[in-house]
Amino acid sequence: MSSQDILVVAETNRGQLADTSLEMLGAARQIAAGTGGKVIAVLLGADGSAYAEGLSAADRILLINDPLLAGFSPRPYVAVLESLLKTESPRAVLIGSTSIGLDVGPLLGGKLDVPVINGCQSVSVGGGVLTVTASFFGGKLLADVAITAAPVILLVAPGAFRPTEQKGAAQVETKGSPVPLDAGPAVFEEMILPDTTDVDITQQDVLVAVGRGIQQQDNVEVAEALAASLGGALAASRPIVDQGWLPMTRQVGKSGMTVKPKCLIALGISGAPEHVEGMKDSGLIIAVNTDPNAPIFDVAHYGVVADLLEVAPALTDAIKAG
Amino acid sequence: MKIAVVVRQVPDLIEPVEIADSGKAVDLEGAAFRANEADDLALEQAILIKEKFGPSAVTVVALDFGDIDNTLYAAAAKGADRIIKIPYDQAQPPAPKQAAAMYAEVIRSLGADLVLVGTYAHDELESTLAPLVALKLDLPFVGVVRGVRPSADGSIATVFKEFPGAAVAKMNVKLPALLGILSADEPPRYVPVSRIRSAMKTAKIEEQEVGAAALTSVATIQRLHHPAVGQRAEILQGSVDQVAAKIVSILREKGVLK
Amino acid sequence: MAVDHARVNPELEFLTQLDVAPGRKTVLNCMQCGMCSGSCPLANAMEYPPRQMILHARSGYLDDVLKSPSLWMCIGCYTCSYRCPRAVELADGLWPAMRDKAMQNGVQPPTEVRDAFQNVFKYGNALGQSPRKRMGWAEQLDVPVRDLSKERAPVEVLWLVCDYPAYHPRNRVVTRAFARILTALGIRWGVLGNKERAIGDCEQIFGEEGLFESLVEYNRELFGKHQFEKIVLLDPHSYRSMERFYPRFGAKYPVEHYTTFLAHRMDQVKALLTRPVEATVTYHDNCCVGRRCECYDPPRALLEAIPGVKLVEMAHNRGDALCCGGMWLDAHIAAHGGDRLSDRRIREAADTQAGVLAVSCPFELSRFEDSAKVVGLEGRIKVRDIVELLAESMDLGEKETP
Repeated sequence: MSSQDILVVAETNRGQLADTSLEMLGAARQIAAGTGGKVIAVLLGADGSAYAEGLSAADRILLINDPLLAGFSPRPYVAVLESLLKTESPRAVLIGSTSIGLDVGPLLGGKLDVPVINGCQSVSVGGGVLTVTASFFGGKLLADVAITAAPVILLVAPGAFRPTEQKGAAQVETKGSPVPLDAGPAVFEEMILPDTTDVDITQQDVLVAVGRGIQQQDNVEVAEALAASLGGALAASRPIVDQGWLPMTRQVGKSGMTVKPKCLIALGISGAPEHVEGMKDSGLIIAVNTDPNAPIFDVAHYGVVADLLEVAPALTDAIKAG
Repeated sequence: MKIAVVVRQVPDLIEPVEIADSGKAVDLEGAAFRANEADDLALEQAILIKEKFGPSAVTVVALDFGDIDNTLYAAAAKGADRIIKIPYDQAQPPAPKQAAAMYAEVIRSLGADLVLVGTYAHDELESTLAPLVALKLDLPFVGVVRGVRPSADGSIATVFKEFPGAAVAKMNVKLPALLGILSADEPPRYVPVSRIRSAMKTAKIEEQEVGAAALTSVATIQRLHHPAVGQRAEILQGSVDQVAAKIVSILREKGVLK
Repeated sequence: MAVDHARVNPELEFLTQLDVAPGRKTVLNCMQCGMCSGSCPLANAMEYPPRQMILHARSGYLDDVLKSPSLWMCIGCYTCSYRCPRAVELADGLWPAMRDKAMQNGVQPPTEVRDAFQNVFKYGNALGQSPRKRMGWAEQLDVPVRDLSKERAPVEVLWLVCDYPAYHPRNRVVTRAFARILTALGIRWGVLGNKERAIGDCEQIFGEEGLFESLVEYNRELFGKHQFEKIVLLDPHSYRSMERFYPRFGAKYPVEHYTTFLAHRMDQVKALLTRPVEATVTYHDNCCVGRRCECYDPPRALLEAIPGVKLVEMAHNRGDALCCGGMWLDAHIAAHGGDRLSDRRIREAADTQAGVLAVSCPFELSRFEDSAKVVGLEGRIKVRDIVELLAESMDLGEKETP
């Protein structure tokens, strides 16, 4: 028999709580209000004490500290969470759709034989049933899924929920691992950080981001000229970086940087969720795409349905003339 | 080194996604299919390892779904040594949990040192395939991997797991293991159509039946729907020059341009 | 005494087995005069210009040639073949065969070429657009369109619309105008709707023999279902392919490029050219209809028939015309220090003092317009397809929606 609590698996990213963790706390508070349960935040690591404050939206904050949890290795992480789920028996577990979450969520779900729902955008509670709306098919389709079983693991899409100002009881419990740990067959060695000699796109006021619509490497200079005219920098979605047309330090999205410039001009970017999550909080988003149904227009403030190879040079000229 | 690769067919997003009359399933009747991009990259990584590592065998395992024959012959043309198809005649593809059991049954018999599966497919709603196959095979698993380097003696593989902010975690994984592939060291290679056609004559798709997987989903789809059309963006109309002028005034208004 | 070439150099067997057009010779006929290298517009940027490529290929260094980026710098302008004093089959035969062999050996073509092949293979068009959107150009068109894929009927003209005219935004206005012109001429015409797939000329030039053959097979079966007197095309590449290569596969059709087709009906065309178009126009001979098929007069005749048009010639015209730079190789050529040929050509057009550069190839509209912007000639010279100029004079252009 499960409790009605909602458990959030928090993560840190280079010394700070990940944005998705704060968003999931907001989601958890909303769901817990419906189930009548508490919000439990769990953070695994070598020493989570610095992050307790940031998790104060939760009612209970479980800091599981162990040297083997310092860098991510699947076996110790899953072993700890598996044990916690058995003890706490929550109604639902919220895990971010992150590099760690995408490994841990399905592994946990598989081991415990509980459902795992990808791309969760919203959750409603009623009559003992959790109804989750999940996004798939590249953002083109939404599924409303009814779940009576407990627990259910929800992989939460970044940006779907908002962080909350609400404070919980924020009771901190610091413990070692509930089970003996071993590093396992897949061991974290080191984190390779990007070359810092390139421009830091997270510090720019203006970014011009290019996607597949740029078509050829030759055309990147059109975007570069626009960025230069605005005193900004060039950024890109993953396919462009994969091609080697721009370095990884320019990548915006799930597996790249999260940017919040004053202004972001998205050229030839369709708006796939993995990219959008990295730029959705930008102050002013102007998107140019030939497809009027491109999901980017759901995120942008202004849109132009046209060929970026025409619009970008015209815009650059207009800016220089202005 | 023995490498197994799973390749899936997914509906091609170049066409709009249709919802069946029931409202609870995707209408795949007129859908065009394509190889799952991440699986294509997994195959490419496997072939690259075969080319660099020395005597290796790459076996591709797939469900008979969509346009799979073409994908399998193309895999053979790229250098796959065996191409195996699991008979499957349902209208809808299996969910990751059921599919995992089916793939695992075939892969188990291969004695692979390394199993590569695309880290995601866009039609996955309930969990993802790669970790579930790893669990069925009792293999170590790391996903979201963008590079794989087996050691000279083939006992471990160094993998690069992608993290936000252009960071990459270097991990050492004891083999045998299963890896969820996000990206390969090279983009998928092109093979000319004539090579695919000659593969159709020389390569044989082996068929391997598996036991029916129990369909135990506890999450019921109540309704599929398209995201609300209400776009947030105000679409700017006019000629290219008119639009450029409008954008300049917006940029001035918002203080981006002085 | 006949030389056993296979024993002297096994690679020669490949080079000499090539299928050549009647009257053309294999590389054994080459006397290394250098006419090809001297004529090639990109020779200065090539590791192996054409003459060197032949020399190395037939001296046992074929492998080096096949791995060289130079192999992918040929845009197929045909100037080498046109001028070769020994009638060696070059751009049409040797280069595609070497590219095919390179790819068989695992050499990867430039990314753009690769993408184009994959798009044609999957979607039947190089732009990677959905086959179901092929008739998008005809939406709300003000003349009736006979879609033969929906309802079979005999027609006088089977108009193969082709990829760029169907999908590319810049080209659609030309395609629509041509539909109106055909109708105004009283011709019973039809199109193949969403069943059309690429003809395959560029695929063949770039060495994808297997893909080209599969397209020929598909098209032969498709055309076989319909009754028509003539096939007309806007696209010179597709025209050239159907004229020169399809017959080798037993797929022979009466096919005409639109300029020849309309020029054969000059009286009826002239009767419709009622409004004057006051412009000094220079015509760019595209490589396929021009040099490859030696057809230079019909486009000029059409332009001169338009009242108000004054025709002037560029320094390089007719058989000597400069290529626009072709398709899919811009990034590769730029990466290896080659010039953008369309930049060179638009400057040459501007030198004639013409206000309009007239073209008759769908690839060229956006290429030359882009070059005009790049070299700072925008506003100084306009780029128009001959169809657009005819339509203007016939008052058959797009009407503004009220």
